[in-house]
Amino acid sequence: MAFNPDNHGLRLFVRYLVLCLIALIFIFPLVFMINSSFKPDSQLLADTSSLRAFLPVGDISLNNYFGAFRRAPVGLFVLNSVLVTGATVLLSLLICSLAAFSFAFLRWKGRDVLLSIVIATLIIPFETIAIPLLLLVSKLPWIGLDGLHWGWLNTYRVQIIPWVADGLTIFLFVQYFKGLPGELIEASRVEGANWWQVYYRVVMPLSGPVLATAAILKFLVMYNQYLWPLIVVQQESYRPVMVGLGYFFQLNVAWGEVMAYLTLITVPVLIFYLLLQRAFIASIASTGVKG
Amino acid sequence: MAEVSLKGVKKSFGRVEIIKGVDIHINDGEFVVFVGPSGCGKSTLLRMIAGLEDITEGTLEIGGRVVNQLQPKQRGVAMVFQNYAIFPHMTVRENIAFGLTIAGASRQEKQQKVAEAARILQMEHLLDRRPSQLSGGQRQRVAIGRAITRKPAVFLFDEPLSNLDAALRMDMRMEIGRLRRQLGTTMIYVTHDQVEAMTLADRIVVLKDGQVMQIGAPMELYHEPANRFVAGFLGAPSMNFLNVDVLDLDGEAAMIGNQSLEPIRVATRRRAFRKDGKAILGIRPQHLRAVQSGQGLLHGVVAHAERLGSETVVDLTLRDDRELIAAFNEDKVFEPGDALELTFDTALAHLFPDELQTH
Repeated sequence: MAFNPDNHGLRLFVRYLVLCLIALIFIFPLVFMINSSFKPDSQLLADTSSLRAFLPVGDISLNNYFGAFRRAPVGLFVLNSVLVTGATVLLSLLICSLAAFSFAFLRWKGRDVLLSIVIATLIIPFETIAIPLLLLVSKLPWIGLDGLHWGWLNTYRVQIIPWVADGLTIFLFVQYFKGLPGELIEASRVEGANWWQVYYRVVMPLSGPVLATAAILKFLVMYNQYLWPLIVVQQESYRPVMVGLGYFFQLNVAWGEVMAYLTLITVPVLIFYLLLQRAFIASIASTGVKG
Repeated sequence: MAEVSLKGVKKSFGRVEIIKGVDIHINDGEFVVFVGPSGCGKSTLLRMIAGLEDITEGTLEIGGRVVNQLQPKQRGVAMVFQNYAIFPHMTVRENIAFGLTIAGASRQEKQQKVAEAARILQMEHLLDRRPSQLSGGQRQRVAIGRAITRKPAVFLFDEPLSNLDAALRMDMRMEIGRLRRQLGTTMIYVTHDQVEAMTLADRIVVLKDGQVMQIGAPMELYHEPANRFVAGFLGAPSMNFLNVDVLDLDGEAAMIGNQSLEPIRVATRRRAFRKDGKAILGIRPQHLRAVQSGQGLLHGVVAHAERLGSETVVDLTLRDDRELIAAFNEDKVFEPGDALELTFDTALAHLFPDELQTH
């Protein structure tokens, strides 16, 4: 259909209406969760049949939050998740960017084949390797301050190290690095920089957008970890939030407290995303890679 | 400062040979320009000297030392790139000092050398700006500043003025000429712009398809081109080439002619021709003169004329329907369809064998 300038206002209105409806669909569960976390169970269940479910009305209090903290070590779970997620994100940015630097800028035999293999790992679902990986980590050695240990189960490292390097993050970095002007790299080489100096003096300072994207994607993956910590961590002291959620459900079906727990564990994600939002969107726009 | 010597240098990408055996000797302090059409390998050759491309075969010496296997930083070269290649996250000062920072120079040394470079390039007031706040010409000055602070033995320029507009290009060209006189360092400069080549170079290396067509001083190449390619490449408008018949030969000259050209004698300059064979006559547009009817060697009809004020460029159609360009260094009026007779000094004309020659 030909573009009719007279219809411009109408088209804009329809477009915004559709966008608002889509936004509402996405935001409803969040609104429901946050409102419900302030309501007692009886009211929460009664409200589900009306729009009141999405409004902070009736008997509003913080009781569910106090209840959640009394019932389970929510703070510890959040701390565990933040620790594991933070460490994995930082290590991942370092290791994956170094790997990608090598793939993008250095010339070595088998480079392209290896990169293809790394990218191919993206199609392997984690569930298929979970059990072999469990068997592997249960027998791996570790040298700590108190000497040599065998087996990594019930630790932070078992939740961190297997997740540090991954195909998607490496691929994101490779794509971004290849988009940097090659002459900048060549100029720094001619000026006397070794590859390590090129990495940290030239490439990394220019990689803000991809660092943000990779960090956010990794953060979401790590914060939402469920299956892996479920099978490698049995002790409460190392348990992350999502496994904690399952545990919380088993203890209790007080929906208000469940909603309070969910609201609490959503907060770090929102903070993290809001901090890096601008860089995240810029990066998706510039790399042409969907997040 | 250093001599640069390329001996039998070749470069292949896979099976494709880009540089097909190049021998060039560049003297200490000399300004040499590599010119040629795009794809001739001039930039590749420069990048091989910089150490950014491997040398497939042959040897490269800088300052009497074979550097084939050395890293760029060990070769004592500095390079200025077409797209400036200055670091967007650093200030002008940090950009200029980059090489010194990498080399671990003291703060005092950096300050002193940056100040010196800024003075030479007249950009003291720009030192605290970021590249995004600079114009194209200023960015290229920063790139040059970065190159001169390390006092390299050889400067390499890879089409440094291509991204600048015409007026700025002229300014920068003069600035590079001035810089060259000031520093006296060996410089190798790649361009496809013959004006840059003619004005800056001590010697020009004309390249085509990865081979050297001719090496020589600008005027030597202009007046004594070794072959048809060099003759056609240098000079604007390009040299005219006319297919002619060799009517007679006598030692150092040939009698030539065709249906548009009256028989004349042109020096063969030691090139081999065959009697009753074919040849190509090269005449620069500036060497043609309009004469009165009956006195001309060439007869044509004006197809199009451009008045540039200082000169008039006329596009003529000859009797055999071939095109000929004449440039007269005065403002003259020509109308399409005007009959025109032209003559030229045969001493300034060049006769080439009919097939394209290399040397």
